[in-house]
Amino acid sequence: MGMTRRLYMPIALFMSWGLSASYAAPAPDDEEAARAARWTDLQHALFADRPIRDGAGWMTIDAPARALDAALVPVTLTVKGDKPIKGIYLVIDDNPGPLAGHFIFGPQGDAHSLKLRVRVNAYTYMHAVAEARDGQLYSVARFVKAAGGCSAPAGADEQQAMQDIGHIKMRLMQPFVAGKPMEAQMMIRHPNFNGMQMDQVSRLYTPAMFIRTIDVSYDGVQVMHLDSDISLSSDPVINFGFVPPHKGQLKVLVRDTKDATFGQSFDVPAPPG
Amino acid sequence: MLCSTAFATGSRAAEGTLVTEMVAPGIYIRRGVDEDASAANGDAIANIGFIVGGRAVAVLDPGGSLNDGLRLRARIREVTRLPIRYVLMSHGHPDHIFGAGAFEPDAPQFIGHARLPNAIAQRGEYYRKRLDALLGKGASGPAIVPTRVVTDQDRIDLGDRMLILTAHGVAHSDCDLSVFDPSSATLLPADLLFVERVPALDGRLKGWQKELTALRAVAALRAVPGHGPVSVDWPAGVRDLERYLDVLLRDTRAAVKRGMDISDAVASVGRSERDKWKLFDDYQGHNVTQAFKEVEWE
Repeated sequence: MGMTRRLYMPIALFMSWGLSASYAAPAPDDEEAARAARWTDLQHALFADRPIRDGAGWMTIDAPARALDAALVPVTLTVKGDKPIKGIYLVIDDNPGPLAGHFIFGPQGDAHSLKLRVRVNAYTYMHAVAEARDGQLYSVARFVKAAGGCSAPAGADEQQAMQDIGHIKMRLMQPFVAGKPMEAQMMIRHPNFNGMQMDQVSRLYTPAMFIRTIDVSYDGVQVMHLDSDISLSSDPVINFGFVPPHKGQLKVLVRDTKDATFGQSFDVPAPPG
Repeated sequence: MLCSTAFATGSRAAEGTLVTEMVAPGIYIRRGVDEDASAANGDAIANIGFIVGGRAVAVLDPGGSLNDGLRLRARIREVTRLPIRYVLMSHGHPDHIFGAGAFEPDAPQFIGHARLPNAIAQRGEYYRKRLDALLGKGASGPAIVPTRVVTDQDRIDLGDRMLILTAHGVAHSDCDLSVFDPSSATLLPADLLFVERVPALDGRLKGWQKELTALRAVAALRAVPGHGPVSVDWPAGVRDLERYLDVLLRDTRAAVKRGMDISDAVASVGRSERDKWKLFDDYQGHNVTQAFKEVEWE
């Protein structure tokens, strides 16, 4: 079936189809060598000469081995144990902007689990790099088969996103218990145009307009800061952990490349109904 | 390969003709195979055909490749000498419209949904490259854009045979056009109707349900699915699709409500439909992803 599948599926899926010939076969050694060299270059660019240890065993990066929609690849980053974590970098090696996001955790943050959705432009390794409070870096990697996600045209619902830009929803995934970590899901309406989508009418590329930073705080104390980039999917959905010491308010502040800001506050626990 | 040979010689001669079935007086439909596009099937995977009136012929759809279109044109010429005045393009997917170039010599009106030019501009070039890579250079034929668009409803007269064209809201895709022939009580909804082959969602789930509800009211006795048998009773023939979409919406909503991730939803949503559709495993994951994106903002 390999080569013959999915001719008329939506573009993101369709894009992966022509590349599926190499799906079953193991990557040739020289290709693996090129990928390793790419990661070495990226390490230098992002972390200079700082050594990076293997995080296997207590860090994981999960993503579908073969993406169903290259413009929306779900990624889960988990950290086990008690090692205090300052921040986590997500690197998508072969994307035009490889650093997809840098999460920095504040006093009220919880680094144990992060979920986000990204665009993937080519078959690539993804690296999660955790920075411990003592400054030591650790990484784990995952190979993902997806292609074309960065230039995929906006779908019907992404066009809708422009009308609702800045609308933010928050969902608490667990019941509130004072002092216990809980997971929240933050949804932000934003097309996150990365400058690689062509406007269908003008035939010009839609100018980049994407989310630069997201700040989440709890009663004024920082939970998380995210420096994001063009790889974040449109209408970003991010699950993160936080530790509410008491009933209070989660506050979200989003800033995009046009310097537009969108903010909203949410009661914790959520009001009934 | 079949069509690269035909194209390389610069010839527009079709390599033979194709087999059609008359589903109603003057309506001829070729059944597409229930497979994904391949070099072996030449992307002849959609149900395509033509309608013969008193003075003219309308094509719907023109086919999945230049060769598919050429073969359809040859078939039309076996049936009638009437001019081919209209080529209706039901939406932007390649298996339905890449045969349009075969009809250029007839100088017909190429008619599509008002959003079809956008869809072609956005994705056409990409689809074209992929089809050519699969079938050989030139397989997708010359680029054809609609010369006439439908924003709401329109009519074309084939001579004592009036066809009603309806431009739909975002449903299977964002530019679905359906055709109704009152004289034979036949509805041609193209890919708004999948039968036996798993539906592909490239538009909006709730929009598709809404358009199907509206189409139920059309006074047709039969309908011609875009994929599946060439004719089904109407509206009975839409029940399976409606059930599939209902299950997709219900299960996706439940997954979102339970706080599931997209990846977990992909593995669990709509499994009760698995044995009821061909190619289910090839498309379900994508359909669920599309549905999830739509439903999570409810």
